[in-house]
Amino acid sequence: MVGLEHYLILSAVLFSIGLYGALAKRNAIVILMSIELMLNGVNIALVAFSRYIVPLLLTGQVFVIFVMVVAAAEVAVGLAIIIAIYRHRETIDVTKINLMKW
Amino acid sequence: MGISIAFWILALIGVIAALAVVLLRDVFRAALSLVLCFLTVAGIYITLSADFLAAVQILIYVGAISVLIILAIMLTREVQHGSPSNRLQIPAFIVAILFLGGVAFAMLNTPWPVSSAPPLEPTTPALAGLLFGKGGFILPVEIAPLLLLAAILGAIALVREK
Repeated sequence: MVGLEHYLILSAVLFSIGLYGALAKRNAIVILMSIELMLNGVNIALVAFSRYIVPLLLTGQVFVIFVMVVAAAEVAVGLAIIIAIYRHRETIDVTKINLMKW
Repeated sequence: MGISIAFWILALIGVIAALAVVLLRDVFRAALSLVLCFLTVAGIYITLSADFLAAVQILIYVGAISVLIILAIMLTREVQHGSPSNRLQIPAFIVAILFLGGVAFAMLNTPWPVSSAPPLEPTTPALAGLLFGKGGFILPVEIAPLLLLAAILGAIALVREK
């Protein structure tokens, strides 16, 4: 029988994969995709808590809706920044974008 | 029993798709496996009897966010460079494994107060009551469109031709 722990481990695995991708990749779009993976892992944990600990309150599901709103806004602004950088510098390799490094 | 089988199949496909996102060399294929991962997460929501969230996941993530990501990949001609790793590959792997171990240890050793009540379904009317009803989350619901408006204006201002 599948319980709360299974869902929590699944969410931790997805978050760790996203963490590795966000830290180790050089393509800015792949980093953004890894951040989406991390957000999805957190969402699974929130829905699992909502389902198994307070099944009648649904507070976790409301939080997931707001996380999705913020994720959509973040992707729109993030991809706009990536495209603006690509227009100026012809690259989205984050190791070469050191404009604000001193 | 059926939910257990569905969970294991969806979890396996989801984890493999997530690994493909960070390990594939081709950025476009990585984006497509990200879409597959979003779809399996929607299935996971259905096994958790969160029907409204599964529909929203498919609409927003599979529908909108994946289209935005694929459009950005096509607008930036970086596909031929692949998705290389930087110098931090091994430290990042170690950090991710340590994080997974720590979180899994904490999750498995915490006595969660699991309730035995059956899940609420369908969840859509209850969610509507929580979001718009008295004593609910009406203030965050009002702030969310402000954030979306700011994001839209910011995106337009950033990518506009000078």
